[in-house]
Amino acid sequence: MTLPAGTDAVRQSLASFRQEREADWKAFEALLARVEKRAPRTLSEDELLSLPLLYRSALSSLSVARATSLDSALVAYLEALCLRGYFYLYGARRGLKQRVGDFFLRDWPDAIRDLWRETWVSVGLTVIGAIAAYWLVASDKRWYDAIIAPSLAGGRNPDSSAEVLRTVLYDSGSGHFLSGFAAYLFTHNTQVAILAFALGFAFAVPSVLLILMNGCMLGALFQIYAAKGLGFELGGWLSIHGTTELFAIAIAGAAGMRIGTRIAFPGELTRMAAAAQAGRAAATAMVGVMIMLLFAGLLEGIGRQTITSDATRYAIGGGMLALWIAYFYLVRMVRHGNG
Amino acid sequence: MATARNPAALIRPLVTPEGVDLRVKLADAGTRAAAFLLDVVIIVTAAIVVSLVVIFGLGGLGVKEAEPLFIVWIIFIFLLRNVYFIAFEAGRRAATPGKRIVGVRVASRSGAGLSIDQVIARNLMREIEVFLPLSIIAARGGAGVADTLSTIFGLVWALLFSLFPLFNRDRLRIGDLLAGTWVVEAPKLKLVEDLSLRQDPIARRFHFSPAQLDAYGIAELYKLEEVLRRDDYFAMKAVAETIGHKIGMTIEPVDSRAFLTAYYGELRAHLERKLLLGNRKADKHAR
Repeated sequence: MTLPAGTDAVRQSLASFRQEREADWKAFEALLARVEKRAPRTLSEDELLSLPLLYRSALSSLSVARATSLDSALVAYLEALCLRGYFYLYGARRGLKQRVGDFFLRDWPDAIRDLWRETWVSVGLTVIGAIAAYWLVASDKRWYDAIIAPSLAGGRNPDSSAEVLRTVLYDSGSGHFLSGFAAYLFTHNTQVAILAFALGFAFAVPSVLLILMNGCMLGALFQIYAAKGLGFELGGWLSIHGTTELFAIAIAGAAGMRIGTRIAFPGELTRMAAAAQAGRAAATAMVGVMIMLLFAGLLEGIGRQTITSDATRYAIGGGMLALWIAYFYLVRMVRHGNG
Repeated sequence: MATARNPAALIRPLVTPEGVDLRVKLADAGTRAAAFLLDVVIIVTAAIVVSLVVIFGLGGLGVKEAEPLFIVWIIFIFLLRNVYFIAFEAGRRAATPGKRIVGVRVASRSGAGLSIDQVIARNLMREIEVFLPLSIIAARGGAGVADTLSTIFGLVWALLFSLFPLFNRDRLRIGDLLAGTWVVEAPKLKLVEDLSLRQDPIARRFHFSPAQLDAYGIAELYKLEEVLRRDDYFAMKAVAETIGHKIGMTIEPVDSRAFLTAYYGELRAHLERKLLLGNRKADKHAR
């Protein structure tokens, strides 16, 4: 074989290069457009098999075009086509069903287990906040207003009579709007949890403060009830949904702390890689947190107002806590397949 | 800004398992802002439409019957705010409608497939990047206590985060940073006509000597291609005059398109031949 003699021969060979392959590119483009719109199931078996072949042929066309052709529009077209093909063929394309299954069987408990240290810190901070606020309000009741905003207190304050406080616990005050209330609580709590997570990136400081503050509110509320001899009853009122909700918020805070501490102390990885790794693990935990908050919202909106027996309230709250702990920490699911 | 002056600064290598470098181009800040604004418009429009429907629904029904509607509404608004971005980016195209319109998509920095936890991580961070500072301002404003200080604080916060992509090489938001993602251009390009195959009876009259073809290199060829594809009379006239001056030919203005077509075809074949022989002439200054 001899080299092309002149410019005409070069033109000829490049024109035929394009003519010969153009049909393949067009076919690949059409298939891609179809699989990007709808599920791959709509393709016939032959079309599915031809997809990787056409992709590789487009890649080789790109290599040839880059080396020999100076038609920049052609090279740009092939680059865009190959990139689309690459994303489609090498993207994580597991089915939705499998993804959901994996999430509940493995990813979610794994992510929570992975955060166990931060979760302990989170729980510890809540307890410290609660004890501190209890002590503060007990020593000077003006602290109560400083800790719990009057709009949130809903008429409950250190000067309320035991009767008023008891009414809040057992009367289904907004009884006619229960599930609406539950939906509102769920969305509100989730937004708070997302904040606890997202703020963690500022070296975990805001997450720590948020969790501490949450504990403080708990302690302050508890003190005014305990002072009137209603501590046990408040415990039941809180626990029916609170075990789930507080646990979820603690995990959200833990996820935030994980991100913040990994950015501050990346260890062997680069700061960027450490942040990315922590962010992904924490994000999985956060989806779990939202599911927990959905449960908590349902329990709070429906269960708390309709169930007024202390024992039942404690039983449901304790049962939920046991359920979550068992699911996250005790029961290890069998790893299936290549896991 | 470095982006505007040097587009090549946004090209990153992406080597496929087959060993071909696809050279992805990161989306620039303006494109991403446009995509985000489009998404915000879609979200706000949907929220307003649904709210109107709910308000009229509530007006027609009693409070008791309206409750399911209220629940649907509150959940819908929640989903719009939190799930819109996640659901679309976790989908087949890894792009929200806004991103799709401007032709960009989210990709994993590692070059592997984008996973759902990455999508979730990058979008939950939007909460502190955009929604938190804005809701601080809105809440203070709603309560009538929006003093200058807190408004400035909110605005500075929002600005700091929205300008963050301009201060790092890879144009990463905080969310991208934490998720290990970046936003790349993935335009859909049409296969266009090969200019050197253009048949033009006048163009056949022009012939060029090797010396005349040696005047330019690949960079100028690409510019010429751009001018020809744009097909603007005055631009072609100006370019034809410049080239004619350089290679010592006089071209009538009416002939400039035909002349450029002829010169483009000859120059490209000339340079491609050199390419085959292993000589890449980058631009007119190269020897």
